[in-house]
Amino acid sequence: MMALREAFSAFRRAPLLSALGVVTIAFSLFAFGLFGLVAINIRDALQSIENRVEIRAFIADGTPVEASSAAMGDIHAFPEVLSVTYVSQDDALIRARKELGEFSDVFEPGVLPASLDIKLKPGYRDPTTVLAVANRVKSYDFVDDVRYGEDWVAKLYRLRTIATLVGTGLGLAFAAVAVIIIGATIRIMVMARAREISIMRLVGATNGFIRLPFVLEGFIQGVMGGLLALGLTWATSSAISHSFMRTAFFDPTLATLGVIGGALIGLLGSTFAVGRQLRRL
Amino acid sequence: MSLVRFLNVAKEYPRGGVALSHASFQLHKGEFAFLTGPSGSGKSTILKLIYMEERPTAGDVLVSGVSARDASRREVSMVRRHLGIVFQDFRLLEDRTAEQNVAFALEVTGIPTDMIRPRVARVLTQVGLASKGTAYPRELSGGEQQRVAIARSLVNDPYVLIADEPTGNLDDRATRGVFQLLRDINTAGTAVIMATHDLDLIRRTEYRSIELNHGRLVYDSAETPPPPKEPSAVAPSHHDENPI
Repeated sequence: MMALREAFSAFRRAPLLSALGVVTIAFSLFAFGLFGLVAINIRDALQSIENRVEIRAFIADGTPVEASSAAMGDIHAFPEVLSVTYVSQDDALIRARKELGEFSDVFEPGVLPASLDIKLKPGYRDPTTVLAVANRVKSYDFVDDVRYGEDWVAKLYRLRTIATLVGTGLGLAFAAVAVIIIGATIRIMVMARAREISIMRLVGATNGFIRLPFVLEGFIQGVMGGLLALGLTWATSSAISHSFMRTAFFDPTLATLGVIGGALIGLLGSTFAVGRQLRRL
Repeated sequence: MSLVRFLNVAKEYPRGGVALSHASFQLHKGEFAFLTGPSGSGKSTILKLIYMEERPTAGDVLVSGVSARDASRREVSMVRRHLGIVFQDFRLLEDRTAEQNVAFALEVTGIPTDMIRPRVARVLTQVGLASKGTAYPRELSGGEQQRVAIARSLVNDPYVLIADEPTGNLDDRATRGVFQLLRDINTAGTAVIMATHDLDLIRRTEYRSIELNHGRLVYDSAETPPPPKEPSAVAPSHHDENPI
């Protein structure tokens, strides 16, 4: 109880120093948050492209409807397959005319073949799986050809791998810089109170007793800094959404994790800083 | 009954050399002892060894039976709760009132909050600062600040009060007041060990005097009675090296 009171009274006694701690945590996490925002938006963009990965199996002219219907059932039962749609010649023509707008009169009825459009489940859209499913579909006698945009599926996956690696590397670097800056700030704050710590020790306070208010203070500052960083990131995301393009924001779980991260950095930073100070005194 | 025992104690600092060697003495319950000697003679080292800020390099210091050589950090904290420590520079927390500074020493012991206020009031009255409890250190004179520090050291009812040149920053009047306060505390039963350069204080009393020089205990009035006093006499020979 006293530790909690001491932790809160530190904000009253040294408001500037406490504010410095909160602002440092907030801006460090804000920088990390901005990076996170860029990362999740790239991830979402790649995801929406990935959602369009589709295998199109062209059906030979004259194939009985029963044969293609039976195959649809088989293919739908593949573990990788999300959906199978039959696109008749007429439907293919309508779609082509719609997609190609001004060239719509190029297509004559009966020119485009019927097809089975196969969508894959998330997690099965990598080049190897797409190729494997495409080969299996190709093995049906009535299938003339199978297209799945092998080039861009491979490119998409390469891009995703690069984005993941760069994102993880940069994310770790940002996080490390944030922890170092926050740690240094907390250390300065603890050093500024070295006199208080030495007096606490002289009157018989145990190390645990001395540490607790500092740890709680670090935790509170971390939570405040985390919330402030979240607010700043949200404001930036909203401003970009209004002015340039629609951007995705962190879902509630990620946002909560960000604040918890701030709290943990504050807590661990102050624990280490005060521990170091106690060893010195 | 000896509260503090120095058993052939030596203290050596890695870069500072020998601060104390072959020091043996005891401080008994209710005793008042001065520690004298020039700067760097080892007075503060002895006090630090008592409140276990330093550990002996050789020999041992026993404080209320707890060995400074072996005491854990927790034991050191527990020992300090029964010692009152007063410094020349008061060591008060500037952002807390006199009452809060005194209460601080009780709070760290985990004493119930409702017991703190009456005990703080009692010791502030004892040191003559009952009306200044809400004052901050910067609003108090040097003498008053030292009284707050003494109140803080008394609030846990210590068995030994350790004073490291408590009058070093005070004018004559404040010095007399603080010294009288220490005498009163001693009369009430608390042992006092006080490091000082002020030979006048020592001469005016019959208290025990332990003199140090170059880290060695060179004189202890408890073992060697001092020569007869003369009002205008120069300092006795064993005090010759003292700069005052």
